[in-house]
Amino acid sequence: MSIVVENLSKTYGAQKAIDGISFRASPGNVLGFLGPNGAGKSTTMKILTCFIPQSSGTASVCGMDVNTHSIEVRRKIGYLPEHNPLYLEMYVREALTFIGSVYKLGNSKRRIEEVIELCGLGDEQNKKIGALSKGYRQRLGLAQAIFSDPAVLILDEPTSGLDPNQVIGIRNLITELGKTKTVILSTHIMQEVEAVCEQVIIINRGKIVADDKLSSLKEAHQNRSLEDIFIGLTGSAVH
Amino acid sequence: MLSILNKEISGFFSSLAAYISMAVFLLVTGLFLWVFPDSSILDYGYAGLDSFFNIAPYMFMFLIPAVTMRSLAEEKKDGTFELLATRPLSDWHIVLGKFLASLLIVVLTLVPTLIYYISVYQLGISKGNIDTGAVIGSYLGLILLGGAFTSIGLFTSSFGKNQIIAFTLSVFLCFITFSAFDSISKLIAFQAFESNLISLGINQHYQSISRGVVDSRDFIYFLSFAGLFLLLTRTVLGARKW
Repeated sequence: MSIVVENLSKTYGAQKAIDGISFRASPGNVLGFLGPNGAGKSTTMKILTCFIPQSSGTASVCGMDVNTHSIEVRRKIGYLPEHNPLYLEMYVREALTFIGSVYKLGNSKRRIEEVIELCGLGDEQNKKIGALSKGYRQRLGLAQAIFSDPAVLILDEPTSGLDPNQVIGIRNLITELGKTKTVILSTHIMQEVEAVCEQVIIINRGKIVADDKLSSLKEAHQNRSLEDIFIGLTGSAVH
Repeated sequence: MLSILNKEISGFFSSLAAYISMAVFLLVTGLFLWVFPDSSILDYGYAGLDSFFNIAPYMFMFLIPAVTMRSLAEEKKDGTFELLATRPLSDWHIVLGKFLASLLIVVLTLVPTLIYYISVYQLGISKGNIDTGAVIGSYLGLILLGGAFTSIGLFTSSFGKNQIIAFTLSVFLCFITFSAFDSISKLIAFQAFESNLISLGINQHYQSISRGVVDSRDFIYFLSFAGLFLLLTRTVLGARKW
């Protein structure tokens, strides 16, 4: 198991963002993390990537606790934050070189060529990031996340704002990466989950309401569509 | 840490703002030293760089906050701070990398002013008639002062996402720490501990090093000053974890 989360909670002031969630994720598996806006998806991801600490409970990545072995955990993780922040005034290659220098990778140059190839950045590799279209920025964000060849990939809405062709490209890449790594992917898009994820976690108001293989989840709900299942489990406001 | 330093330096020099603020610094100090009659060396008649070293701290009060204001505030605003903080870098790496980068830029701004020294050296009646020891001491003092102001600038930049607030607060804090202690000590109420108050301010220590007397107390003062503000900066950055 490369990610083990036990009874994890996070409170912001009086508000509980996540409330005692537990789950596991293993390599060779793409885990879809679903939930309405504000359900706690991003908060969970921020705790796993050591950006903010939990209020209670434990989380570990590759057997290392996120609080006590923070730096080692971050070395194992590739993270694409929500909204994909980038240094807009940098050039594509410059940004990748910077990432390489952070990880002190010996053969940074060759790795840059590799990720440019993998993420389909070839045509835009000499541009300023500020001049890239949204799709290419997203690819660059992904390129930065996979740069150090991490064992665990955490992607917060990786395909938001992309056109259908780009979505398919990114999905194929994620599927490919998921064969050897542990990938956690958050999204609102149900087709995306059906296309790339084997395991699904649905989270609502900070609590896990479903955690199962995609196929068994569908069986348990009389083969309804994932969208219906999602609405059934989380859409308490809409009746 | 070196990777952050590199990134900051190249980021700084790829923007026009860098060249403008450096040029303005050199222009103003040049005007004060060579042109304005009140402080011009040509009217003053002594081969010394005193008027440059007197005006430089006040220029630093604006130059350094302009250099440091974006360093953390912009990262927070663009969300790239999350990108940095989730890489295998400790908060100290980020703070020190940014501090050293800004300080290096300040030192680079000072390099062209060596021309002033060379000119005065050549112009003196009997060439070389300038107190070189005092000049070296003054440069050292300026660099230490730059370090103190840079740590203030970084601290105010860590507060939030707004660069203007960072700049304004930083100018204010630089001014207060540089000269307010001198002024306060003049109040009748504080006369009993006048010298203690004065030695809290930067000015006293800057003047002392500028005389060419390198006293370990002044060194310790500047190092602990910068250390304190860097510690505060790191604490503010770490506050997301409370």
